[in-house]
Amino acid sequence: MNADFTSASEPIARLIEEFNRLPGIGPKSAQRLTYHLLQAPQETAEALADAIRDIKENVSLCSICFNITDSNPCAICRDKERDHSKICVVEEAIDILPLERTKKYHGLYHVLHGVISPSDGVSPEDLKTGELLSRLNTDSVTEVILATNPNLEGEATAMYLQRLITPLGVKITRLARGLPYGGDLEYADDVTLSRALEGRQEM
Amino acid sequence: MTTPRVYQTEAIIIKRTNLGEADRILTFYTPALGKIKAVAKGNRRPKSKLGGHVELLTHSQLMLARGRNLDIITQAQTINNFLPLKENLETISCGMYISELVDAFIDENLEDHRLFNLLLETLQRLSEGKDADVTLRYFEIRLLDYLGYRPQIRQCTSCNSQLQPVTNFFSSRYGGVLCANCAYQEPVVRALSLNALKVLRLWQNCDSATAYKVKINAQLASELEKVMRDYIRYLLERQLKSTAWLIKLKSGKSPG
Ligand SMILES: [Zn+2]
Ligand SMILES: [Zn+2]
Repeated sequence: MNADFTSASEPIARLIEEFNRLPGIGPKSAQRLTYHLLQAPQETAEALADAIRDIKENVSLCSICFNITDSNPCAICRDKERDHSKICVVEEAIDILPLERTKKYHGLYHVLHGVISPSDGVSPEDLKTGELLSRLNTDSVTEVILATNPNLEGEATAMYLQRLITPLGVKITRLARGLPYGGDLEYADDVTLSRALEGRQEM
Repeated sequence: MTTPRVYQTEAIIIKRTNLGEADRILTFYTPALGKIKAVAKGNRRPKSKLGGHVELLTHSQLMLARGRNLDIITQAQTINNFLPLKENLETISCGMYISELVDAFIDENLEDHRLFNLLLETLQRLSEGKDADVTLRYFEIRLLDYLGYRPQIRQCTSCNSQLQPVTNFFSSRYGGVLCANCAYQEPVVRALSLNALKVLRLWQNCDSATAYKVKINAQLASELEKVMRDYIRYLLERQLKSTAWLIKLKSGKSPG
């Protein structure tokens, strides 16, 4: 931390420091947020404080899919309309949002809470892999969709999961990797292009 | 010498960490500038122009602009993406290990052309699916050599006597081999078979083409791996995180 908080009074300095701990917030933004709240009406500040307390007290992980939820099991796992024979495996709970927005997927999810990253010391036992396997062993799941990110760590995690799941005889699919919509062929790297070619479809 | 505001370099990407919402800090090794850290703006967005050109374990041509703290990568073009390496969990893991090794041992801006070439050659070997044990051990031996940590394996590191053609001992603290007499007084040593000593001696003094021709069986591979793992842990004063992963991956594999 390199910002100079010594001129600010103790409670102000404390809030700046707390903001500064958050990802993506540097010392300058932390100061700006703090002074903004100082000038904001009492209710605004209290609503923020309440919201923060609320997520810590009332939000937890779904005991089935490890999605972040305020009820257990989560709304997705409880939904009888959804296809309980499919599980889509994602790295983080936040990855569920874009998939849900597509309205194309009606199965369940499983959140790993990370990816295999040897140099960061993250190995499979730090992820919810065992929990995934026990779901596959007990529930009547017929397809697992691996939706980890298309980068080296995400691929390594998908390969590892494939190795674990294959003996169970469950169908394993991987999200198609190809060109991003709105992207530009000119800037596509060879890996993306060759995978887009491999995954080409008849029109 | 004044440095230009914009410059170009070849690079091998060895580390990526997320920064802010969509940026990444990349660490890469270059032939003339050594290890550098720079920012790849927006690289986590799917439409990033840098895209896979700055993926881990990729050899790319980078264009950079001087920044206040870190330089900024403005353009990137893949030279070799080592795609086959990235389609196999074992070779990915080996690649991650050598990246972590380089990152741990090399300070920023310490350049070494030989190391750059060795890195390329090693990734290429892994990509071709060649014997990963030989590839990794030779990489370690050469890396330590370049850094001035060449283990002393000609004579006994303690009493300087000629080593007998029997099982001797390796001491990380001495940075080399001890004869049976000296090893007796040293609390932490690892037995070193005559074959292992011969292979180490050969690798220390031969070029890569010769080194890669060496065939080692599983037992010898495991012995060499343990000796080098001890020595590297001693030098770094910690075990590399990907070492634990490599061990786990190996043990989980059914034989054959
Ligand atoms: Zn759930
Ligand atoms: Zn001796």
